Amino acid sequence: MSDAAQAGSTLSGNSLLYLDGVTVSFDGFKALNELSLVLEPGEMRAVIGPNGAGKTTMMDVITGRTRPDTGRVVFGDNVDLTRLDEPAIARLGIGRKFQRPTVFEPLSVHDNLLLSLAGDRNPRFALWAKETPAERVRLDELLATIRLVDDRDRPAADLSHGQKQWLEIGMLLAQEPHLLLVDEPVAGMSDAETEETADLLREINKTRSVVVVEHDMAFVRALGVKVTVLHEGAVLAEGSIDAIQNDPRVIEVYLGR
Amino acid sequence: MFRDKLTTITLGCILGGALLLAALNLLTPGASAAHVPGFVISLVGKYLCYAILALAIDLVWGYAGILTLGHGAFFALGGYCMGMYLMREIGARGVYANPILPDFMVFIGWKELPWYWQGFNHFWFALPMTMLVPALLAFGFGWFAFRSRVSGVYLSIITQALTYALMLAFFRNDMGFGGNNGMTDFKDIVGIPLNSEATSAGLMLISAVVLAAAFLLARAMTRSRFGKVLIAVRDAESRTRFLGYRPESYKLVVWVLSAMIAGIGGALYVPQVGIINPSEFAPGNSIEAVIWVAVGGRGTLAGAILGAVLVNLGKTWLTSALPEVWLFAIGGLFILVTLLLPRGIIGLFAARSTTAGAEAEPGAAAAKSAAREIAG
Repeated sequence: MSDAAQAGSTLSGNSLLYLDGVTVSFDGFKALNELSLVLEPGEMRAVIGPNGAGKTTMMDVITGRTRPDTGRVVFGDNVDLTRLDEPAIARLGIGRKFQRPTVFEPLSVHDNLLLSLAGDRNPRFALWAKETPAERVRLDELLATIRLVDDRDRPAADLSHGQKQWLEIGMLLAQEPHLLLVDEPVAGMSDAETEETADLLREINKTRSVVVVEHDMAFVRALGVKVTVLHEGAVLAEGSIDAIQNDPRVIEVYLGR
Repeated sequence: MFRDKLTTITLGCILGGALLLAALNLLTPGASAAHVPGFVISLVGKYLCYAILALAIDLVWGYAGILTLGHGAFFALGGYCMGMYLMREIGARGVYANPILPDFMVFIGWKELPWYWQGFNHFWFALPMTMLVPALLAFGFGWFAFRSRVSGVYLSIITQALTYALMLAFFRNDMGFGGNNGMTDFKDIVGIPLNSEATSAGLMLISAVVLAAAFLLARAMTRSRFGKVLIAVRDAESRTRFLGYRPESYKLVVWVLSAMIAGIGGALYVPQVGIINPSEFAPGNSIEAVIWVAVGGRGTLAGAILGAVLVNLGKTWLTSALPEVWLFAIGGLFILVTLLLPRGIIGLFAARSTTAGAEAEPGAAAAKSAAREIAG
């Protein structure tokens, strides 16, 4: 990058995602209160906080499900996400994994991934689309990554809970997102599955930015990344997991209970 | 011919059955035991038109989760377009012998043909209209409804309101569609007299061919990537948005196509029954058509066809044997099927045969979500 370009970059210029004073209120209750947060390209960030701290609302704002009352959400150099709807934001390269795995149950594992592959989302295209060799190669890679090669033709409904979580992560990867938002990925998982999920997220983070919302402190520690603590819709503290766990304010509102 | 048995059986029954009946009607002497009388041919022709409507409903309800309770409106609109052509085809042979104006217009004192009746003297104009008019209404309705994310019970209610509103409108004489009496006394279609056995058999055969074509079209559509997106939208609409799909566009496409199929069904229906009037818009008709689909098996296409034929066979028999029982019977049938056969009649067979196993899955999930809708 040239000096001129660097000089021209604004506050948000080098960030991948920049939440600037975002406020969302529901019937007077402020779910987000002047929330500001910066995510660097390639970063993985863990977001923790007690129930009602605004974690899910934050994800809703980023993905276009909820429109903030005030504030901006800037993606990349200058795209304001608050002006776009969910499909437009998804097409920009922001993927979201929900807490409860939502895969398309009657469709096969293969078809779930096929529908998620980055590409044309137009009905006209979908009517005539045939699976291309490039798509086949990509699907094989994804099936291997999420360890579901032998299950490719099974309906997603037949998978175990943990397998559904992985399938959903596979679907997100298929979208080729720049940024992945992951809501409580290890809820309801066994210890072994939790560990494998941490590995999987670290693997994903090699090529993409990730935001993980999680309750499981052992899991957050295993990820070993910068942690943001939300409280009452705003950032309470930010730093390494050790710094966070020793922060008296954090202990008071969250860890102490 | 096709990898799955169900498709081959369905096509074989539709086309083979229609050909056989037509041959037994036209080629056997009237006294022969094998002779199929003309009224059976008209009945079968009617059932085939109902099956086209059922197929249209299954496409939107079974695959896109849109529980329409107003599809009879598209069927009736297609029927009215055909009725307008048949009316003008009467020409000067009407009671008032007006070469341009249909009898009912002369009767209410109109001097000129309204603009929207222009062109309907040509078959080549009226035929595409039987699909375009329903498509246009479906597009307008779907554009607003799907964009505003109206779904579930609310959508069902407004589809019901749509067909009811149209019924009230078509009852009015000054709409110019014959009011209460509708249109009838048709003489011929493209110059062929309607009151001959050969014409009835021909129309029945055409209905069978159209049904088979619509079935193949719907089958290809539901098996394409588009069809998979539809199933995804049906079961997890908001999830598809986060994958970058716009569910409203997908719903709109299948909704408009379904309205066109229903319209052509109505267009074939009118020359075979010889009348079209506003009662075709009655909300009860649309609900009954949904029951055909539920009985046959939602989300299976073949089930919709089977359900339409079987339930109407039952209706024909019961309304002549025990007319007062019919409404209770169809209500009871719906409850029974929902409770005991959530996957419909097709589901019974699919569960037993292994070859149809892969086919059965979407149907099973469809039935599950249907049961949920009804329970909730």
